Amino acid sequence: MVNRIVVGAHYGLRDWLAQRVTGLIMAVYSIIVAVVLTTSVPITYAVWADLFSQGWMRVATLLFAASLAWHMWVGVRDILMDYIKHAGARLLLEILVLLVIAGTFAWAIQILWRTA
Amino acid sequence: MADAATTKNRPKYLSLQAILFQIRLPLAGWISILHRVSGVLLFVSGLWLLFLLDRSLASEAGFASIQRYLSFAVVKLSLLVLVWAYCHHLCAGIRFLLLDLHKGIDKAGARRSSVVVLVVSLALTAYFGAKLW
Repeated sequence: MVNRIVVGAHYGLRDWLAQRVTGLIMAVYSIIVAVVLTTSVPITYAVWADLFSQGWMRVATLLFAASLAWHMWVGVRDILMDYIKHAGARLLLEILVLLVIAGTFAWAIQILWRTA
Repeated sequence: MADAATTKNRPKYLSLQAILFQIRLPLAGWISILHRVSGVLLFVSGLWLLFLLDRSLASEAGFASIQRYLSFAVVKLSLLVLVWAYCHHLCAGIRFLLLDLHKGIDKAGARRSSVVVLVVSLALTAYFGAKLW
């Protein structure tokens, strides 16, 4: 028997739930974008730039990027916890991963709102 | 609280070596480890994909240069691998969500959905690959 007090500590419930909610958001976005792109071939620069200049697409992509950032953090942290046994090395890698994710997210915002 | 559950040294098969040589994974296990592998692939290549998006949206010339870049076989092949990783991660992820909802948790159902994930993700990869080429 495992006796543990569940009240208070959430034992990763938030990460578990976040991974599913963000995954679902990205799944919906992926299907919408896949349909939009496959119905508008050939994809020229005009089609491509026009798609990303629309308000709904920018907001949807921002939502996707935010979900992706969170999803990547939970996923990569799980993998690091599984394989990197040395606590110091794991902490260092986790910090690096967070920096990469934060930087990538900022870059994504910049790309989306670069042009008017 | 060092009870039996925490002191017993249960074997863990997480390493690539263990998965390839020590144990025989059931099909659902392959879906799971490929979900992890594809996730790592997508994380590692995230910056590259964002670079492609950045250049292609920057200007007409940037878009043309990315088109030229994508015509290299190595680049195309790399992108195809990532397309597979994305499709597999998506399909396997939807399967895990359904499992969370207790859909298809019996042995036969889980095996069937594993086959579906493998086949659908490969079919989608072939479809987008054909479009890429």
